[in-house]
Amino acid sequence: MSLEKPNLRLGVMRLTDCAPLVIAKERGFFAAEDLSVELSLEASWANIRDKVVAGILDGAQMLAAMPVAATLGLGGISRPTIAPLSLDLNGNAVTVSNTLYGLLENADLSQGSRPIRMAMALARLVDEGKRSGRAPFTFATVFPFSTHNYELRYWFASAGINPDEDLNLVTIPPPQMVAQLEAGKIDGFCVGEPWNTLAVQRGIGTVAVANYSIWNNAPEKVFAVNADWAAANPRTLQALLRALIQAGRWIDQPENRVETVHVIAGESHIGVPTEAIASSMTGQFQTRVGGEILSVPDFNVFFRYGAGFPWLSHAEWVVTQMYRWGQINAPLDIRRIAENVYRPDLYREAASSLGISVPACSRKTEGTHDTVWKLDGTLGPIEMGPDLFMDGKTFDPDRLVDYLRGQTVKNLRISLDALAQYNR
Amino acid sequence: MLIDEHPERARVLEEVLRCAGYAVVLRATGKTDLAAQVRKTNPDVILIDMESPDRDTLEAMHTLTREQPTPVVMFVDQSDSESIQRAVRAGVSGYIVGAVSPDRVKPIMEVAIARFREFQSLRDELERTRSSLAARKNIEKAKGILMKRRGMSEDEAYQALRKLAMDRNQRLEDVAVNVISISEYL
Repeated sequence: MSLEKPNLRLGVMRLTDCAPLVIAKERGFFAAEDLSVELSLEASWANIRDKVVAGILDGAQMLAAMPVAATLGLGGISRPTIAPLSLDLNGNAVTVSNTLYGLLENADLSQGSRPIRMAMALARLVDEGKRSGRAPFTFATVFPFSTHNYELRYWFASAGINPDEDLNLVTIPPPQMVAQLEAGKIDGFCVGEPWNTLAVQRGIGTVAVANYSIWNNAPEKVFAVNADWAAANPRTLQALLRALIQAGRWIDQPENRVETVHVIAGESHIGVPTEAIASSMTGQFQTRVGGEILSVPDFNVFFRYGAGFPWLSHAEWVVTQMYRWGQINAPLDIRRIAENVYRPDLYREAASSLGISVPACSRKTEGTHDTVWKLDGTLGPIEMGPDLFMDGKTFDPDRLVDYLRGQTVKNLRISLDALAQYNR
Repeated sequence: MLIDEHPERARVLEEVLRCAGYAVVLRATGKTDLAAQVRKTNPDVILIDMESPDRDTLEAMHTLTREQPTPVVMFVDQSDSESIQRAVRAGVSGYIVGAVSPDRVKPIMEVAIARFREFQSLRDELERTRSSLAARKNIEKAKGILMKRRGMSEDEAYQALRKLAMDRNQRLEDVAVNVISISEYL
């Protein structure tokens, strides 16, 4: 049967994890599915959302939290949006100015892993700042509804820092991060690659933590379309998903990483030197010029560990964070939101047709595996990655409200008792 | 306030706005600290290029800090006019298509501001309706619990809730939520 809409326009941002879309186009995975795709480089996440809502783009790379926000109408108009595919896991880091890093090193008196020590050091500086009346540090993320925002806040909160009271948080588009750090407008940022590495290579900043160590194999970007669009173009959507899954699988073969870096670095895509992208994509992450190299082989995961599967539990974690930081003030059925927005059924259909084993369940507990583990799949076991949180907490999708109760630092705008009535 | 990466175009647009009776308090690009500038100049309306990366910064100011929102009018180059018409039909925002004359700018700005106010008041109303509906449901439920567990009549249950609310200086709906949550452990 023929495709409903063979000519498509898809939106991407200037970030390393636009790779599955770019590779699907440049390596012919779209063409093999009879799709002719034009990639539209967008300047802002708001633009991506609005253009997908308005039907100017057929689909786009989105932050994992964006389809939820668009469906609920948070920060913009409301339009049901779905995520039938996760584009990647991980990929972010927290970079601070060299000045702040120097202060953090001096205040680094705790034991434990790097993210714990760095967060404790920052908490000490925040306390000192309050006593001496110094202006709070300013940190930037890329969008209010982003894993960057939630991971960065998770990191702060782990050391008792309340980001909304103790710090100044701002939003800056990824390509402007480095310049703003250099100009001293911000003290640090959390962003995807290549912008951390670029700050490091230009001698402007130092990577404090790779987000991988805040939450191992955390959800990152998704491929999203309008729910209406998906209903009107079911065969086209399946063709798109097959092409993107195959592109992700191709990128995750180690021998293809260097070529991927060269393709996406070009002026028509990310437009930065290949060295800026290579370090994270090959898992050798440099924290500062001439400084420590962190070996993070899973810095960018596009296919392994069931990376493409849009876990309902990932969407549910995102919604708990929206509550945690006061982005939602109405009691809602969190599981139903996740089921409406994340669509593992559509992923299963596409992946199964490619002979790829898919999880039979749609939710999983996070924070219980410190090493690679096996998950039952429809066509044999699936190798899954570690999923620990830096503070050792567990996320159980069957106990969402309890999870929120267990977070010490939170800025709720609704009582958890009221929320619990909708989430039994 | 006008945000545009292209100084030439910004100058033309500013001139057009001036002729239409608007004063541009600030012409900005992404190199400036946008949040601080908005706070300082407190503009009546913000005009921004739809393709400007600063849209995310602007949006976050409204969603994260919950500051008094300001109407935003987006503008685009003429080549993209079909896109913007679709965006407007979808309700994204007010718009101005490039190379406009002063007599066309004024109505667009006025419509955008009016629509923004309408949208704000609709949203406030929705918020109020939603919370009062939820409150009523909770009160009904709490009454039901008291009637069943304490053998009260409906009126007695309601009076008991009211008394609790007055004694504790709480709102009736908060007391209702407490009763419901405690009942789980009874």
